[in-house]
Amino acid sequence: MIDIGLGHYLTLGAVIFSIGVIGIFLNRKNIIVILMSIELILLAVNVNLVAFSIYLGDLAGQVFTLFILTVAAAEAAIGLAIIVVYFRNSGTIRVEEIDKLKG
Amino acid sequence: MIAHAIFFYTFSIIAVVSAIMVTASKNTVHSVFFLILDFISISCLFIMIGAEFLGMIMLIVYVGAVAVLFLFVVMMLNVAQQKNQWFAGQATSKHIPVGLIISTLIFFEIIIVIGGWKYKPEIFDINNSLANISVSNTHALGQILYTDYIHVFQISGMILLVAMVGAIVLTFRQRSGLKRQSYIKQISRERTEGVEVLEVQSNKGVKIDD
Repeated sequence: MIDIGLGHYLTLGAVIFSIGVIGIFLNRKNIIVILMSIELILLAVNVNLVAFSIYLGDLAGQVFTLFILTVAAAEAAIGLAIIVVYFRNSGTIRVEEIDKLKG
Repeated sequence: MIAHAIFFYTFSIIAVVSAIMVTASKNTVHSVFFLILDFISISCLFIMIGAEFLGMIMLIVYVGAVAVLFLFVVMMLNVAQQKNQWFAGQATSKHIPVGLIISTLIFFEIIIVIGGWKYKPEIFDINNSLANISVSNTHALGQILYTDYIHVFQISGMILLVAMVGAIVLTFRQRSGLKRQSYIKQISRERTEGVEVLEVQSNKGVKIDD
């Protein structure tokens, strides 16, 4: 317990990943919280990559973490823009009421 | 070693609790603040294990940009008071056990993978971007980011550009009744249409704008 190793960080990543998945499944009211859960999942992936990178002494993991950060920022910007446009057109972003595509 | 353990457990407990609060909080603004707390504690963990550059970048990109963007959208759309109770309606409670089962399955799958995972001794020989101990983390990262990964780096710049253009195009709208400056009209004015020479008669004055 005291000796912190790679497994501790991977477990932390797994816990945060699972919480993100729970957030996507359980949230039925607000689509912004779903976007935030996706950010949590990407964060968990970043934790895993950085932990492996540090404990293997290989910097490639940190480089790819940078690219994941880039993609996450782009995804958040695009997602929020889509939400703003949808809210402007239909007046709601409740997940239950977004059914224009008949899904 | 004991300090490492104390800091790890402190930050990871904060991270996990705030991650739970992101999904469970009833107010969306509170969710955004817990997301910020989560990012901050994870970046503290990154700094602690020696990835200082990524920790700082997480602070700048996530806390400084993405979380503020979320907060801005939440405030602008006025959805903060839309309660997101999980267990409110009977009709929507069917998905809760499914979600719990799937996420616990994913969790235990990841744990099984971690538990059965071992270092392969050859892996230390085949990696080609070994961390250079003599320079700082930022220096070492820059040394391989701008040489070995330069193409991927430029592609990520393109992704950011496309995202920026996409976000602007999506949210842009032409509003009517807005007065705008027309450069062509401005610079193509002639003296003849701007100035008129009048013969002013005494005691009559000049009538303009008719």
